[in-house]
Amino acid sequence: MAVESIEQGAASREFWRGARASIAVVVASAPFGLLFGALAVQNGFSVGEAVLMSATVYGGASQMVGVELFGQKVAPWMIVLSIFVVNSRHLLYSAVFGRRIKHWPVFQKAIAFFFLVDPQFAESERKAEAGEPITFVWYIGMAIPICVFWILDTLVGAMFGSLLSNAHAIGIDFLLPIYFLGMVMDFRERPYWLPIVLVSAVASIIAVKTVGSPWHVSIGAAAGILLAVILNPGTQGQKA
Amino acid sequence: MSTTVWIILAGAFFTYLTRVGGHLVLSRFDRIHPRVEAGLNAVPAAVLTTLVAPAAVDGGPAEWTALIVAGLVSLRFGLMSMFLTGAAVLIAMRYLLA
Repeated sequence: MAVESIEQGAASREFWRGARASIAVVVASAPFGLLFGALAVQNGFSVGEAVLMSATVYGGASQMVGVELFGQKVAPWMIVLSIFVVNSRHLLYSAVFGRRIKHWPVFQKAIAFFFLVDPQFAESERKAEAGEPITFVWYIGMAIPICVFWILDTLVGAMFGSLLSNAHAIGIDFLLPIYFLGMVMDFRERPYWLPIVLVSAVASIIAVKTVGSPWHVSIGAAAGILLAVILNPGTQGQKA
Repeated sequence: MSTTVWIILAGAFFTYLTRVGGHLVLSRFDRIHPRVEAGLNAVPAAVLTTLVAPAAVDGGPAEWTALIVAGLVSLRFGLMSMFLTGAAVLIAMRYLLA
């Protein structure tokens, strides 16, 4: 009994640690949840459909692209393909993150992968880099607030979207880039960090101006990863 | 069900596929070549950079100042301080430049 309650105490601490890590993400993504809800309704979604998309796709950028194309009356299969393309970076997250949670039971893995959005991945990697264990309870503690608030923000945005007129003045359109810069900076101890960042930055900028969005994410990421592969001496070692 | 719901559910299916897919492919290999390892190590910085750089280029003085200040803050302080400082600078600069 005593052991059990100690374990429960540790688990609940882990959960709240995860929840604390979610705060910045909840704040940074709120404007986008609101904006998505508003855009979805403007583009012909019902409030329920907007909420359904946030609860099942659960990927901000891809949802924005989805409703945008829907509003332009693009063929359904093209919309689905675009959502896939925007989210294809998650294939890489999945490959990296999967190695951190090898020891988890399969059903926990299956749940965790659903919540593997950009900040969730970045925070997990940061934690792994610091040598801290990634527990399922911590992970879920971070994932649940982010997901629940994302759905609530969508609902509010869909219902009251028309009130959201002066988004630019309060800076909401640029909060995520600032947040993602913070995540990029967090990885600055990794091998060849600066060259990778520079190459990915230049490649994604060129790609967005030539090929266009959303391909700049895949192209920019591929350029940086390729550089890392080339620069690596091919010897053993150099742990994360 | 409406077409919209089908689009959403298909989008959700393929999104989940991307989130498990990388792991399912990689876990088939017993050994990871050091170059693959190096590539995987580069994933966070490489991908997250592509979410910042184009937005930064499209921005103006307010956005650039916010990113530079936030970047400097992140050298000493945690993510939350960095983010809040960046947001404050952005809002202040937009207000001043408006």
